[in-house]
Amino acid sequence: MKIDKNCRYAESHEWVRVDGDEATVGITDYAQEQLSDVVYVELPEVGDVFEKGEVFATVESVKAAADVYMPIGGEIIEVNEELEDAPQLVNEDPFGTAWFARFTASDLSELEDLMDAEVYEKFVAEVETGGG
Amino acid sequence: MSYVPHSDADRQAMLAEIGVESVEELFVDVPEAVRYPEVKLPKPLSEMEILAELQAMSERNADLNHYACFLGAGAYDHFVPSVVGHITGRSEFYTAYTPYQPEVSQGTLQTIFEYQSMVCALTGMEVANASHYDGATSMAEAVIMALAVGRGKRKKVVIAPTVHPEYRATVRTYTQGMGLTIVSDKVPYGEGMPPTSLLLEPAGAGLERLKALIDDDTACVIVQNPDFLGQLESPAALQSLADAIHETGALFIVSADPISLGLFKPPGEYGADIVVGEGQALGNHPSFGGPYLGYFACKQEYVRKMAGRLIGQTVDTRGQRGFVMTLATREQHIRRERATSNICTNEALVALAAGVYLAAMGRCGLRTVAELCYHKAHYAARQIGALEGFDVMGVRPFFKEFVVRCPMPVAKLNRHLLEDWCIIGGYDLGRDYPGMEKYMLLCVTETNTQEEMDRLVKALWETVS
Repeated sequence: MKIDKNCRYAESHEWVRVDGDEATVGITDYAQEQLSDVVYVELPEVGDVFEKGEVFATVESVKAAADVYMPIGGEIIEVNEELEDAPQLVNEDPFGTAWFARFTASDLSELEDLMDAEVYEKFVAEVETGGG
Repeated sequence: MSYVPHSDADRQAMLAEIGVESVEELFVDVPEAVRYPEVKLPKPLSEMEILAELQAMSERNADLNHYACFLGAGAYDHFVPSVVGHITGRSEFYTAYTPYQPEVSQGTLQTIFEYQSMVCALTGMEVANASHYDGATSMAEAVIMALAVGRGKRKKVVIAPTVHPEYRATVRTYTQGMGLTIVSDKVPYGEGMPPTSLLLEPAGAGLERLKALIDDDTACVIVQNPDFLGQLESPAALQSLADAIHETGALFIVSADPISLGLFKPPGEYGADIVVGEGQALGNHPSFGGPYLGYFACKQEYVRKMAGRLIGQTVDTRGQRGFVMTLATREQHIRRERATSNICTNEALVALAAGVYLAAMGRCGLRTVAELCYHKAHYAARQIGALEGFDVMGVRPFFKEFVVRCPMPVAKLNRHLLEDWCIIGGYDLGRDYPGMEKYMLLCVTETNTQEEMDRLVKALWETVS
């Protein structure tokens, strides 16, 4: 399982990378692996405002449709339109080219509730061994 | 034997748990007089006797084999070729439930795929689902879909007053509690505009009124063409409405009689995003109101918000053509509470009849049916319009239905037609449109003979003179 040391992670398997008060969000390598082949990603619109924990996107794979939640609140400033034509990027490069959206964070202190890479790795291991 | 698996001990334990003494105590809230009604059934009869009794009961119905019918208003008596019954009656199809497993159901899946393909061809749309319960539920599903496309932010639905009254009611029932504003079909429709004005305004005027109501909060605009009063709109005026709708990002929903699409421009060619309607007219008898068939078609870009089953064509591992249920993740049985709709049921057998009908008629056959309806309806309208006291209303072209203003209330006139002439008269518009108690919506299809039409004209004349 790939993991990005520069991200923070939500229990619902989204990652967020912060640069100043701008942030980028996507789903983790573990999440894409669980979903298997992603066939469609539904993204929000620029200007949409979401609170932490709100559904902002939907991922559809050959076996499930899953909601994607905002790890921290903010206003969408850009969405990755490439995913509309190439949803398989989510499987190929979840931490890179398959980012979902960029947004301005409304409250950076919300990051404190999220896990760092090390804790998330343990969290996934626990989930995998039946702890969750 | 009893099929109840609980023992007395089980029952006592359950009663003790909820704190009552006996099962009877659970029913104390039901008024005593009706609590344990005595069911007084007659003595059992032999098979021969019961058949005779049921036969006698069914013969009390006014059926379309013995009565001339000029009633339409959403349910139509079109000819059903016998091939339809032969195919739908096959036991492979005539089952209580539609099987979807591709391993065992290639035949069923193929018929649904072909039905969907023909609905697309008919409506000018890119994708059609496996059907809904009836035209009204299709329309309600179209509204829900438009709300989903608008991401739940757009809360206004503009619906023309000439959409079928029962469809408008169904849309309201479906969407109650969702905080929507449904506008434009409340009487009066404008200053000094009672329902009768719907028959007097020129083509395009009603559409202009809808246009004025569209704003950024509008999720969709719904029109019916031909409308409930039988009138047709011009494709140019409809396209202009479509452009105004799309400018604000709303969707254009059109309800259409599928038989009319054999002759007139499909809604896909004048900007519709979703096309819905009642499919009963295609190979299914009116049958006193059901089972019917709601067809539903839309543009490809909205397919993930579409309700219902969708069958697709694919190839198996050996490259052979096959059919499977597709895009199922958007549906309630996988997506569950997050699905756009919670109805996955389709009317497979009725849709099969529609598919067989369309395949048997073909493009030319369907056009011929539509032309016959058009010409016969216009013949009847001319004859009735020539009667003193009867006026054929409307200034716009019509297809197979038209409105006649009668010299007496339609309800009374219809009683005479039925009892004295064995004629099922037209629809009483006073039921839905206040002030139109003397306005009758008449329908003529290819099944009405000239003799029947002439009998109707004579009956109308003799009843009022």
